[in-house]
Amino acid sequence: MFGYVSRRVLSAIPIALIAVTACFFILRLAPGGPFDGERALPPATLANLRAHYNLDLPLIQQYLLYVWRLLHGDFGPSMVYNDFTVAQMLWIGLPFTLMLGFTAFVIGTIVGLVAGALSAVNQNKWPDYVLVMLVMVGLVVPNFLMAAILQLVFGVYLNWFPAGGWQNGSLAHLVLPVTVLVLPHAGRTARLMRGSMIEVLGTNYIRTAKAKGLGQRLILARHAIKPALLPVVSYLGPGLSYLLTGSLIVEQVFALPGIGKYFISAALNRDYGLVLGTTILYMVIILAVNLLVDILYAWLDPKVRYH
Amino acid sequence: MALLEVKNLKVDFETTDGVVHAVRDLSYSLEKGGTIAIVGESGSGKTQGAFALLGLLPRNGKASGSVIFDGHEILNLPTRQMNRYRAERIGIIFQDPMTSLNPYLRISRQMTEVLEHHRGMSHSAALAESVRFLDAVRIPDAANRVRMYPHEFSGGMRQRVMIAMALLCQPELLIADEPTTALDVTVQAEIIDLLVDLQEDFGTAIILITHDLGIVAGTCEDTLVMFGGQVMEHRKTLDLFANPQHPYTQGLMAAIPRLDKKVDRLSTVSYEFMVGERQA
Repeated sequence: MFGYVSRRVLSAIPIALIAVTACFFILRLAPGGPFDGERALPPATLANLRAHYNLDLPLIQQYLLYVWRLLHGDFGPSMVYNDFTVAQMLWIGLPFTLMLGFTAFVIGTIVGLVAGALSAVNQNKWPDYVLVMLVMVGLVVPNFLMAAILQLVFGVYLNWFPAGGWQNGSLAHLVLPVTVLVLPHAGRTARLMRGSMIEVLGTNYIRTAKAKGLGQRLILARHAIKPALLPVVSYLGPGLSYLLTGSLIVEQVFALPGIGKYFISAALNRDYGLVLGTTILYMVIILAVNLLVDILYAWLDPKVRYH
Repeated sequence: MALLEVKNLKVDFETTDGVVHAVRDLSYSLEKGGTIAIVGESGSGKTQGAFALLGLLPRNGKASGSVIFDGHEILNLPTRQMNRYRAERIGIIFQDPMTSLNPYLRISRQMTEVLEHHRGMSHSAALAESVRFLDAVRIPDAANRVRMYPHEFSGGMRQRVMIAMALLCQPELLIADEPTTALDVTVQAEIIDLLVDLQEDFGTAIILITHDLGIVAGTCEDTLVMFGGQVMEHRKTLDLFANPQHPYTQGLMAAIPRLDKKVDRLSTVSYEFMVGERQA
């Protein structure tokens, strides 16, 4: 088990390096730069600025410099928010984004698993139809539209929850944004769980369990849930990345103080340092979650452990 | 009184193309400790006829008729009541040992749960008993191997585990659904020998479902030949082999390859008897 985990951790390093490299160069391929504005800067000022941020060096040298600093934990300065380093800006927004993302992730995963399993057990009966319909709604309505609908219905008409903003952590402000993030994630999870559970319930080993005279609850709890979880667990990694990308937009729509706000404006402003920093941070989170998923997988499936 | 009395058993499947009659009017009886072979080709209804006894038909399957086990009607019992018969009094071994064990649970867990559930045994007592049964089906080093997962066993070994598991509660009836079909020929013989030995040791009545007449010859007193969901012939095995009456049985017998005669072409089963039957 230890060997397996350390192998997985080591294999994350080249992946991280490739991702950083790709992001760095793709960002530079995009037209424009951090100092382009409505009004062009005087050439001398521009040259000074470019020299200050080392943008006058050959690209490959900039890349090596960036990676070198990164290895020392330095994300560099923000090129648009002059008084901040990228690390400082991330540190301001990160706790909120993580809190929002993981709350939605945990709730969505649990809701999805339970709904999917219930659906499968009642296959082609009314609870199944109702759940499948709800799941479809969660899946097909894009998050910005869902956000607007919820704001309008629950924020404006019914006035149950605030339609946006963040008053230093009142729970009511979180309900709508978390719901918007939960719906598609729970929907995808439920669909997967339903499908894999139905498949598992049709297997020969479940028939064996029935032939042993075990009660339905024991069969589900002991024989069916573990194998049914496997495909869902392998989805959780990508699932979290969908959710975090979604949260960038949701934070913006609900005017919430996460890194989403900075990320979008940074991308528009070509704030190279901030975009790269945010991307790298997301990558690290997703790599970490994927690692957890792999470990969970090994725990669930005895056949994985030995290979 | 017979241990098992099956009367006019019918199994129908609702499919999108209409109702399929998998088993029509199957009747037979089995004494305590007796053996009966149900022989037939794929799709002849032999397996579904056996699954119906234990209520293991797929969702779209419906059984009707009567199955009296030890004086009680057990056909279509509600699951809760049927569970008292399953494994406790009627064990079953399935055709495919590669998929019939849960790949995510240790053998110990899959065996002990039967005893814990039916007998209320403690885990350690159930484990000791499980090892004893694994020994009985001749699994070497059973005390250690009981902790392994199914994928660490070969096909033949898994079928032995299945047999041990089915016998744990020492049921009065064992249904063996093509227990050797998925196995190598040499392993097949071992498994059949094992079943015969265990039957003598435990006095379990056996319904042996197979398409292999060779297995039947040395194993079962009675043989029932099925085709298209119907019984073609039902007699003492020795009589059946000596003097098959039904054209289908005669065809089956002729189709067994023989080593003592030189032939140019192997014989195939002719289905001409069906024409006569349809007209009659």
